[in-house]
Amino acid sequence: MNATRHAVGLGLHRGWTEFLLSLRSPQDQGFYLFMGGATLLYLWFNRDGEITGAGETIPLVAYSLPSILAALLAFGVIIGPAYALAMEREDGTLLRHKALPHGMQGYVTGQLLYHSLGLLPMLLVILVPSFLLFDGVMARGAEGWLTVTWVVVLGLLATLPLGMVLGSVVPSVQKVGSWGMLPVIVLTVISGVFFPVQALWGWVQAVAQVFPTYWIGLGMRSAFLPDAAAAVELGGSWRTLPTVLVLLAWAVAGLLVTPAVLRRMARRQSGSQVAAARDAAAQWVR
Amino acid sequence: MGEPVVSVRGLRMTYGTQEVLTGVDLDVEAGEVVCLLGPNGAGKTTTIEVLEGFRLPSAGDVRVLGEAPATAGDAWRARVGVVLQSWRDHARWTPRRLLVSLGGYFRPYSTPEHPRPHDVDRLLDVVGLAEHADRKIGTLSGGQRRRLDVAVGIIGRPELLFLDEPTAGFDPQARRDFHDLVHRLSDLEGTTILLTTHDLGEAEKLADRILILTGGRIVADGSADELARQVAGTAEVRWACGRERFVHATDDPVAFVRRLVAQHGDELTDLEVRKAGLEDTYLAMVQRFEAGDRTAAPALLEVGR
Repeated sequence: MNATRHAVGLGLHRGWTEFLLSLRSPQDQGFYLFMGGATLLYLWFNRDGEITGAGETIPLVAYSLPSILAALLAFGVIIGPAYALAMEREDGTLLRHKALPHGMQGYVTGQLLYHSLGLLPMLLVILVPSFLLFDGVMARGAEGWLTVTWVVVLGLLATLPLGMVLGSVVPSVQKVGSWGMLPVIVLTVISGVFFPVQALWGWVQAVAQVFPTYWIGLGMRSAFLPDAAAAVELGGSWRTLPTVLVLLAWAVAGLLVTPAVLRRMARRQSGSQVAAARDAAAQWVR
Repeated sequence: MGEPVVSVRGLRMTYGTQEVLTGVDLDVEAGEVVCLLGPNGAGKTTTIEVLEGFRLPSAGDVRVLGEAPATAGDAWRARVGVVLQSWRDHARWTPRRLLVSLGGYFRPYSTPEHPRPHDVDRLLDVVGLAEHADRKIGTLSGGQRRRLDVAVGIIGRPELLFLDEPTAGFDPQARRDFHDLVHRLSDLEGTTILLTTHDLGEAEKLADRILILTGGRIVADGSADELARQVAGTAEVRWACGRERFVHATDDPVAFVRRLVAQHGDELTDLEVRKAGLEDTYLAMVQRFEAGDRTAAPALLEVGR
């Protein structure tokens, strides 16, 4: 029996179990419903809005829905694992796996699957009501859904490692807010989610185009919107090839960096660290 | 006896400028239950973590099951069980689900002579969690949770088990049950066990051998009786004479009491003789060490109370 493959199998089972437990947890159900509700409210209040660019006019809802999906994907897949990892470093989950033969491989596999699966309920609570409430959201039919699929997969590969790295390097759970949440929110705002990036200064546009969030959004819009709507985008095109390349580059970088960062983090993990974190959590004012 | 299961020579550990371990030497033979005692901050947990391979020692030679823990591979990991302090994890899982999941990792290391992991239902029964097997872990009491930790520690049928303050927060019944469990592991499975504790009664009950760690070194090594004999003045005599009360430590209580009776006669009341227990030994040794006197024989101090 190959122990590594066996551990990966156990990790997949673990990820699936965590996903089922999360679906049954009122806390997580509440989170999904809140995100779904907030998104729908935003879209509903802007249902008459329009975006004009290069002579084309498209409904704001049609522009915003794919963009928000992209933002939630990037945000959820970075912040989710970051919090999970930081928390499970402190509560001992990670240490338990470190004490097992090939346990870390199983643990990381479980995390990857769990956070990938976690996107599904999020997409469902937003997409299903959107299709019931608004017209002309998906302009492309089956071809569009195919595009959605590869953008989601590439987007996951590009951003999930960022979340794992973030969760490995933050000193404590409380720091995920300032180290992770804040930069990711800023990034989301400048990435053309709520309004096209052209509204911002040139250098901000340049920064936004370095990171995956913008490209996931662009890819999603290219899946949902008709070709004419590309006129609103930078360069008046969907830039499909650059989208693939940028996301692939992030995925490859993540693949190269993440295992080393995870190994370093696991190496430094010890019982005294877990105990210290527990004491720190009990001591709010320092 | 073959090669010791744990063998440590000159283990040193420095954090920055602070020396936590200044040269620890210890051996644990196969099948032994050894208890590591010491004041808070003496380096017990650090020592255990080095042996578990969770921490790199600054210097020294450490061999556990024939390998250096820091570089040992996954096959070594499969032979070692670990129960640390303070877990709060897997609140949404149930004990059964967690044990099945974590136990699975040991399956590739199972052999006909030493099948791994334990059967989950039997193990749940052994640690007394059978009726809580399908409750959420987050709803277990502190003692139940700790028993689950022990179950996770032994799920892979380890040859060597590390327990760091396993009974902290146990009520007396849970403590008794836990002691039975340790005896069973040691007697039936032949598991070698190294544990730390603050409970001297527990050490006396469980351990074949006791090590006292203080000031970054092992200052005493032996069974509870042997340690007591190392402390000069192995009995404490208390008496009252008129309205005054006295305490005296002696290693020949019979002769002392005879003299006392001869000297005071009827004035003597409230006579009480108590043999030095592990607690006296422990306190004497730690005090001696903290006073900086590392050579003189430890002695019970004579005090008027």
